[in-house]
Amino acid sequence: MSRTDEHVPLVDLGHERPQVPARARTHSPIVPRASIAGRALVAVVAIMTFLASITTGAVLLISASASQWQSDVASEITIQVRPKVGRDLDRDVAAVVDAMRTQPGIVDTRPFTKEESSALLEPWLGTGLSLDDLPVPRVIVARVAPGTALDLSALRKSITQVAPSASVDDHRAWIERMRSMSGATVFFGLGILALVIVATIISVSFATRGAMAANRPIVEVLHFVGAGDRFIADRFFRHFLLLGLEGGVIGGGVAMLAFGFSESIAGWFSGTPVGDQFAALLGTFSLRPSGYLVLAVQAVMIAAITAWASRRTLFATLDDIE
Amino acid sequence: MVRFENVGLRYGLGPEILRDLNFLIPAHSFQFLTGPSGAGKTSLLKLLFLSLRPTRGLVNLFGRDISLLGKNEIADLRKRIGIVLQDFRLLDHMTTYENVALPFRVIGRDESSYRKEVIDLLRWVGLGERMDALPPILSGGEKQRAAIARAVISRPQLLLADEPTGNVDPTLGRRLLRLFIELNKTGTAVVIATHDINLMDQYEARRLVLHQGRLHIYE
Repeated sequence: MSRTDEHVPLVDLGHERPQVPARARTHSPIVPRASIAGRALVAVVAIMTFLASITTGAVLLISASASQWQSDVASEITIQVRPKVGRDLDRDVAAVVDAMRTQPGIVDTRPFTKEESSALLEPWLGTGLSLDDLPVPRVIVARVAPGTALDLSALRKSITQVAPSASVDDHRAWIERMRSMSGATVFFGLGILALVIVATIISVSFATRGAMAANRPIVEVLHFVGAGDRFIADRFFRHFLLLGLEGGVIGGGVAMLAFGFSESIAGWFSGTPVGDQFAALLGTFSLRPSGYLVLAVQAVMIAAITAWASRRTLFATLDDIE
Repeated sequence: MVRFENVGLRYGLGPEILRDLNFLIPAHSFQFLTGPSGAGKTSLLKLLFLSLRPTRGLVNLFGRDISLLGKNEIADLRKRIGIVLQDFRLLDHMTTYENVALPFRVIGRDESSYRKEVIDLLRWVGLGERMDALPPILSGGEKQRAAIARAVISRPQLLLADEPTGNVDPTLGRRLLRLFIELNKTGTAVVIATHDINLMDQYEARRLVLHQGRLHIYE
């Protein structure tokens, strides 16, 4: 087929050619943003991101506190010397202290005095009570050099040789319980994150289907002028990517602010039983800088999931529109 | 360019509304497609535009058997076809200028490369003063001219027009016919579906007449 050059005008009006007015719209978006239920979707993504960020932040806090407790507890062992008929408790305590000092890996040994041991019982027995006649055990705390693997059975053996009523507690049971608690918390957090992500994908898919239904006439016209599915999907995809980013930034930002101000918030509850209990367990609620980085990455990830879910739905829906 | 062999079309389980269609549309040709209302003119145009698939027979377009085409290949072929539908199908949120320039945007051309061409064509179809207007405020005739301009702007190899002069006065109808003739002279094959005997009488061209689902050709 012989055709004229494409750049030669079909009709040439010479000097009569009018100009497009200076403010004329010449490049409107092919898919108008107003046609997409944007606010609702931004709100959904923001809420989902906020929930995911709070969950992740809480998991990070609990994990950090749990590992702190674990390292504190794991660096100590406690020896309890019980009074026994026919034995001098003070001498047994001194013998245990001497035996401990000769053990490799023990950097400090501190026996609690009789008064200190009695003070430990105060929360249960109250003050002003004479404990002289009670068989109160004595406690010795030994600090272990970091990274040292103690031979506990040898230690027990050497201590019971000098003080038969002494028992050694390396807090292993406590550490195991802490470990399983923090593991359960992380698992629970991951479960919530998975639910949040699934809910986000479902919400975005519905929103995309709604947007495609509302813009069906536009899609049909684009098909008429020869636009392929990729071209059409790209026009919608940009909107959903921006909506996802907007929602991610809002939700993630609010969550970061919440953690940023958590110290002040915790301060409002200090002095109350609940506040003090939380402070004892979790410190000041403040996240480390790496925690904020994790929240930022998570917000971007949720925006990316929003974009991916919309793209997947777009192509599936375009197959149904001729 | 277009070859139909024993083509039949039915909607669902209904009767066959197009039967045993056998015809060619050569390159550079000009033809009117006519027939009474309900004869199947619009359905035949949709078959030519690949909006419908025949229920039987062979349709060959630009050397390709359309039954073997995937979605992307159909989109590529449609870039070579211009269509004017009775309901215009303009995008209400875009100006007349933008609607007409849409085929160029779809193929990724820079606006500066087609601006002059779009303005000249809009002026030619009498929409020079309405370039910045949105379709909802255009009259029926103006919408029709904008739809025609959009269909011809990229100078397709095949132009399909369904009642393109149905909403315009006779003078403008003649002007639009001249546009189609000019386009045909530059190499586009033109198929105009119309009831308008006066329009057909103004230009000596092949006539494809649909009657009771069958096609009769008058060279």
